[in-house]
Amino acid sequence: MRGGWFKVYALVYLVFLYAPIILLPMFAFNDATVIAFPLSGFSTKWFAALADDPPLHDAVRNSLIIAVTTAILSTTLAVFAARASTRYRFPGKAGLMGLIMLPLVLPEIIVAVSLLSILLMVGIELSILTVILGHVLICTPFCIAILSSAFQSLDRSLEEAAYDLGETSFSTFRLIILPLVMPGIISSLLISFTISLDEFIIAFFLAGTQATLPVYIFSQFRFPQAVPVIMALGTILVCLSVLLLSIAEFFRRRGLARSGTKDTGGFL
Amino acid sequence: MTAKPTMIEFRDVQKYYGDYHALRGINASIRAGEFFSLLGPSGCGKTTLLRTIAGFEEISSGVILIDGKDASTIPANKRPTNMVFQSYAIFPHLTVEENVGFGLRRAGLDKAEMARRVGDALAMVGLTGFGKRAAHALSGGQRQRVALARALILKPKVLLLDEPLSALDKKMREQMQMELIKLQRQVGITFILVTHDQEEALVMSDRIAVMFEGRIVQLDDPETLYRRPKTRQVADFIGTMNFLPATVLSDTPEGCEVEVAGLGRCRIAADQAPPGGNGQETTVGFRPETLTILYDGQAATVRETPGTVEEVVYYGDMTYYDVKLDGVSAAVRLSMRNVPGRPVLDIGTRARVAWSPDALVLFR
Repeated sequence: MRGGWFKVYALVYLVFLYAPIILLPMFAFNDATVIAFPLSGFSTKWFAALADDPPLHDAVRNSLIIAVTTAILSTTLAVFAARASTRYRFPGKAGLMGLIMLPLVLPEIIVAVSLLSILLMVGIELSILTVILGHVLICTPFCIAILSSAFQSLDRSLEEAAYDLGETSFSTFRLIILPLVMPGIISSLLISFTISLDEFIIAFFLAGTQATLPVYIFSQFRFPQAVPVIMALGTILVCLSVLLLSIAEFFRRRGLARSGTKDTGGFL
Repeated sequence: MTAKPTMIEFRDVQKYYGDYHALRGINASIRAGEFFSLLGPSGCGKTTLLRTIAGFEEISSGVILIDGKDASTIPANKRPTNMVFQSYAIFPHLTVEENVGFGLRRAGLDKAEMARRVGDALAMVGLTGFGKRAAHALSGGQRQRVALARALILKPKVLLLDEPLSALDKKMREQMQMELIKLQRQVGITFILVTHDQEEALVMSDRIAVMFEGRIVQLDDPETLYRRPKTRQVADFIGTMNFLPATVLSDTPEGCEVEVAGLGRCRIAADQAPPGGNGQETTVGFRPETLTILYDGQAATVRETPGTVEEVVYYGDMTYYDVKLDGVSAAVRLSMRNVPGRPVLDIGTRARVAWSPDALVLFR
């Protein structure tokens, strides 16, 4: 059997990757406080407990506000940056782009600590706003990376053709460029949303009293009786992630089909 | 060509990209309704010149007049010119119909009129019935046609074509060349074609400007360009040309008396020999088809020189021979049409080569 060992390897790999995630719903529906086998019985009480947990609701609300705002802000900034870096030549471009992309490789804890010290120095109060600030900083490089490739694959003649046929630069952008980079914009929004939603270190340092979801979950692990509730919450989050990813992939494939470009990989 | 009005005029047009001097003083006028080609090797500035007409490149100095108006006062999206791009630049997210009708968006036409105009444009390029297709589902030749229809629908005064046929295979290219010529005659619009393919330029154009290194080195109709290229560079670029060293013995207003290596003494008419004094070491050029190998029993109509066949290249309808003429170090190339009774010669055969001084061009 050719490649037999590779098949075994792939199987082990997948089990290693997904087994913990499968455990999540198992214990979320288990009728016991202790996370251990054997399972003692089916119950939805942990999900019910979720509905009755105001601090959790606050954390979810904070996280959603932060993630949505971060996604929109960093994608908007990245559209400008990606457009400028792929279309125009200006002095110091390479250095400037390097600096913008740097947060991609900087240890997050360093970014978090330096942001915190500056905010404290300037005297800005820690809140959702300061978390958004930090998240935009770390999400923008990802968005630029995604959008640069979208803008890069755009034939410059398309813009010139639209302009040549009487459109203004603005209407050219709206009618030609925007629809063609839309799949990139949607991916950028989703990626930055996801990064922001589960980001812990920056949120932990900069959130002040307004905890985000990951910060809240972390704090709950101190109490054993809260763990099954977290399992229930995790189950919901996994389902949402899969749903979100499927939607993103659907749009990406539709975009590809519409513009007739070849599929060069995606999420699914 | 009786005094057609001028459509495009270049007056000492210069273009710099930083230190790079892309256009070095272009002076030319293009007549209304003519099929004009800008021909040259890559990097000669032909595409840059075309783009200055469209308004995609600003010129550093000089003047471009489009139909009498200073082009610098008209932005690219208001110029009476439309362009067919090398990549065709078909909008991939729109249908054929939406692509072709794109330029009419701002015309404020009602739906029926719009559909009629788009239908006419599609019919003109032979794509009736393709309107609802997605643009990306088209073949190369069809994309080419959509690009043409899209550019012509606004009825521009000038159609600019940037190497439009370079992406097509040979058969398709030859077919599109004929269609473009017919289309141009039909619509009567000035066509300006950029190409690096000398054959394409000769086939399609009323006049050709040959460009090298940012300059127009010769602007003539195809026949003059082929028969009497002004410089060795032009002669070399267009078709095949043989060169032999020559010495000018006498230079008169009627022509030149020259001594050509291997061919001997002969007279070249004044229009094929630019003036330049006696005793000069110069070059004489002639096309392969102006030489003929004489078979047994044939006599030369004008002059005859012996030589040895060095190389034979058989093309089916033609055979190319490289013949080393006696007394010349390099071989000359000549082409013979293959007809019954004229067997293809072997390498090493002694041959008599007939030629005529009328076919010689003197380069200073």
